[in-house]
Amino acid sequence: MTKIVVDGKEVDVPAEYTLLQACEEAGAEIPRFCFHERLSIAGNCRMCLVELKGAPKPVASCAWAVKDCRPGPNGEPPTVVTKSPLVKKARNGVMEFLLINHPLDCPICDQGGECDLQDQAMAFGVDSSRYAENKRAVEDKYIGPLVRTSMNRCIHCTRCVRFTAEVAGTGDMGAIGRGEDMEITTYLETAMGSELQGNVADLCPVGALLPKPCAFKARPWELGKTESIDVMDALGSAIRVDVRGREVMRILPRVNEAVNEEWISDKTRQVVDGLKSQRLDRPYIRRDGRLTAATWGEAFAAIAAKVKGTAPARIGAIAGDLASVEDMFALKSLMTNLGVANIDCRQDGTKLHPSMGRASYIFNPTVAGIEQADAILIIGSNPRKESPVLNARILKRWRMGNLPVGLIGERVDLTYDYQYLGAGAETLAEIASGKGFAGVLAKAERPIVIVGQGALMRADGLSILAGAAKIARPNEGWNGLAILHTAASRVGALDLGFVPGQGGMDAWAMTRPGALDVLFNLGADEIDIAPGAFVIYQGTHGDRGAHRADVILPGAAYTEKSGIYVNTEGRVQFAERANFAPGEAREDWAILRALSDVVGAKLAFDSLPALRKALYAAHPHFARVDAIERGALTFASQNFALQPGAFTNAVQDFYLTNPIARASAVMAECSALAKGRLQQAAE
Amino acid sequence: MLDDKDRIFTNLYGYGDWGLKGAQARGAWDNTKGLLEKGKDWIIEEMKASGLRGRGGAGFPTGLKWSFMPKPDPARPSYLVVNADESEPGTCKDREIMRNDPHLLIEGCMIASFAMGAHACYIYLRGEYILERERLQAAVDQAYAANLVGKNNLNGWPFDVYVHHGAGAYICGEETALLESLEGKKGMPRLKPPFPANMGLYGCPTTVNNVESIAVAPTILRRGAAWFSSFGAKNNAGTKLFCVSGHVNTPCNVEEAMSLPFRELIDRHCGGIRGGWDNLLAVIPGGSSVPLVPAHEIADAAMDFDTLRNLKSGLGTAAVIVLDKSTDIVRAITRISYFYKHESCGQCTPCREGTGWMWRVLTRMCEGRAQKREIDMLLEVSTQIEGHTICALGDAAAWPVQGLIRHFRHEIEKRIDDYAANPHTETVLPLGMAAE
Repeated sequence: MTKIVVDGKEVDVPAEYTLLQACEEAGAEIPRFCFHERLSIAGNCRMCLVELKGAPKPVASCAWAVKDCRPGPNGEPPTVVTKSPLVKKARNGVMEFLLINHPLDCPICDQGGECDLQDQAMAFGVDSSRYAENKRAVEDKYIGPLVRTSMNRCIHCTRCVRFTAEVAGTGDMGAIGRGEDMEITTYLETAMGSELQGNVADLCPVGALLPKPCAFKARPWELGKTESIDVMDALGSAIRVDVRGREVMRILPRVNEAVNEEWISDKTRQVVDGLKSQRLDRPYIRRDGRLTAATWGEAFAAIAAKVKGTAPARIGAIAGDLASVEDMFALKSLMTNLGVANIDCRQDGTKLHPSMGRASYIFNPTVAGIEQADAILIIGSNPRKESPVLNARILKRWRMGNLPVGLIGERVDLTYDYQYLGAGAETLAEIASGKGFAGVLAKAERPIVIVGQGALMRADGLSILAGAAKIARPNEGWNGLAILHTAASRVGALDLGFVPGQGGMDAWAMTRPGALDVLFNLGADEIDIAPGAFVIYQGTHGDRGAHRADVILPGAAYTEKSGIYVNTEGRVQFAERANFAPGEAREDWAILRALSDVVGAKLAFDSLPALRKALYAAHPHFARVDAIERGALTFASQNFALQPGAFTNAVQDFYLTNPIARASAVMAECSALAKGRLQQAAE
Repeated sequence: MLDDKDRIFTNLYGYGDWGLKGAQARGAWDNTKGLLEKGKDWIIEEMKASGLRGRGGAGFPTGLKWSFMPKPDPARPSYLVVNADESEPGTCKDREIMRNDPHLLIEGCMIASFAMGAHACYIYLRGEYILERERLQAAVDQAYAANLVGKNNLNGWPFDVYVHHGAGAYICGEETALLESLEGKKGMPRLKPPFPANMGLYGCPTTVNNVESIAVAPTILRRGAAWFSSFGAKNNAGTKLFCVSGHVNTPCNVEEAMSLPFRELIDRHCGGIRGGWDNLLAVIPGGSSVPLVPAHEIADAAMDFDTLRNLKSGLGTAAVIVLDKSTDIVRAITRISYFYKHESCGQCTPCREGTGWMWRVLTRMCEGRAQKREIDMLLEVSTQIEGHTICALGDAAAWPVQGLIRHFRHEIEKRIDDYAANPHTETVLPLGMAAE
């Protein structure tokens, strides 16, 4: 720790702190544009100049470390002044320079109201302009479907450039030209190739880069803001849902150091239009082969008639990828009341099962723990597509250096270098027997073995899991077995035990022809259900599940209900309701509660708090929000029988993994662009 | 006046053989091994004692700079980088060294590298210097062929020298931008600290020196620090290459003792001012980036760092640009201002935005299309740039404008008055545009 005096106040800070951090520690506010905590230091906006006693000129506080300051002549601590006339003049000057070529178009700029330049010009600028020349005009660039550019407004802070290089890892953006002709672009004006590109619009301190899909739609001060959790992948990123009236206008990231830092993926951010199209807003019943609108009463009556005449062994239930814990708890309770054992949440066929202990199906080392890893092996997964923000965390660790990464599975671009070990189970068996990359992992103190659903979906999924566990060598201090889920509901469902009961069928068996007479489908859209069974689909979008349904019960999407989601690390998180479901759609637990009454298997709770009370009684760990319940790892057998064959990744098209995303025009455009890039690369 | 026997660059005008044989005949590569055998500390002490100040413009003591290099560490090799990106308008001294006395530079590289424990030296050459690159590369090849440099050379210090050709950007003459460019990146200055002596080329300890600073080192060591420091005033020791251009009768490059009076420099070597001394208007004494000095102040001033600093200018690279009374001084400074606007790298705000602003205001002022209050505004804009940027290009852009306003405010005011008396509408020709 080093002593430093800021504006007469002495503070004790670590020597590697920058002056900017030290000043903040002392409570002095330092304006800045280019500086960002999570990006490298550029020091180019010059807004953060402070006076350092003994230095010949003002210094950029973001780039000057406390340890670079010289003590005074008699050994007194270095002195920084942030409120002197010199500093004020420097800030005024820099602000004036930033503004001379910045257009006066705040009234038509979407950044208005949340613009760093506006705010800081108010606080640190002067009130009139002395610039009598013409302002610079810069052509707008196309940089993809998610970010709209207005390059006249650019102040060249290069945050976007540093983000794509350092966090996204794709290096899509850069600056061409020199001096006042410098322009930020993607060079050939191609679309950015990153799954995190939307974040550049958040980083941009001015209105040069703005989210394209919600351009000119709303002002920030009109929006109701609800803090929630994302369900587009299993990471459970912290988000803020901004709503005007009943409409979700945009989704922004929140800071959660443990999970997403402050990034979110493009799917998380721009799926918004998918929440508004293809929605199921009233119940439907299939009459004469066609789905026709119905009332809730008619729909319930049709279900009751069918369920009451069916033996429990011929009834089944599948929970989808976006269901909240409450929904699944209600459905499971309903099925228990009906005496049904055929329940499953694993529509993709993964072999994970709660009987092997919680540690067998969560990301044990935790997302933040990736930063402590000293070797990573990825098995049958493409984290860049399955969880881009988690992949950014791996990249962050990789950029710190000395991180060997091995990959078994499809050869993909992960944005960092890795050692390609092989395509499938043969390579895994080799490593499990101590050959090849096993040597690297053996030397590591904190290895992480990331297992994707692509590997676990196979028939020999259990053996692969056992093999991965053997390679990960979990011990008391460190469990490196990291299961990367793709479905937001999955860990919660496994925690609930939403798997076949005694003698019950799994999802695959339930969907075979003739397996069941009545199938209750809670938003499972990634599975084909064979003709025959009477299917009740409860969900949000007219997707695959709705097309196969005999009765449709319109439910609420994730922004429209309060619910618990458990992310891939096993972290319990609350998603809050931001708006209301459209039309006659209702919250899912309430639908199930009402239905239970009609089918004669009444659930014992009448409100969400009562449901949660019952839920917490049965599964106490759900009450511990934001905590991770450690679990045991209890394999029945360590013997494994691997079948040869290459792994296929679970997520092939990142942009279209769930019904909400498939209903989004923006995601469709992104998907088409990504396919085009793949084709181009193949040529 | 400097005697011929005391000149370091005895082939400055290329009358002799630039090659190895000619250079050796003039004394280069003479007992280099013996110099190295005296040890690093002796070399650095001798350089300090000589009082040599860096010849690239800033005038930082060279010996002191060399002594900043950390102890050799096998994991982090040290590098010497020679800044041959001589792009300052008016400056052409390094060009002549590389053309006509390249072996002095190569020998200097060897000695300097030895003194700082570097086994590799990069010479970063200005993009426009095509002939110089060929000449220097040929000289390096000769030195390799004669086994004077190389892995296992006669001088006993494993040493490689690489000539790297830049792409022609003024900013790459700034030492950290030069390192960036050398690493293959965009030539944009780095933040300091860390200084290159700690984190330079490829993150390793690096010293960046000007060509002239390096090229004079072998001779200083051979003839002794006392000999070198016997020239010039205190704290401004040695001989120096002056590049005199502009309105003199015979513009030239000449090696002279420091602290030589300006009048003597011009009269003796340049045939006097065009039209006589009464015709002298002003002088830019150190390359385009230093403020101009009006005739009455410069005429009898000593040409050295301290004297010129007291005149609120600087010796810079000793590129003396002489302006006689035929000069449109406002237009001249405007052209310089355009140069800095054009060469600003665009990284940091004050320089990126301010250089263009100054140039545009000056362009109007050339014709008097301005308000008198804008003169003070222009001065203030220049001070808002100066000292607020990452590198010194901002200062370099501000100083000429400050010099103009300091000494020729009356000229600008006269233009404004003339224009106000007879406003006309012809378009202003943007200065500098024609050059592109």
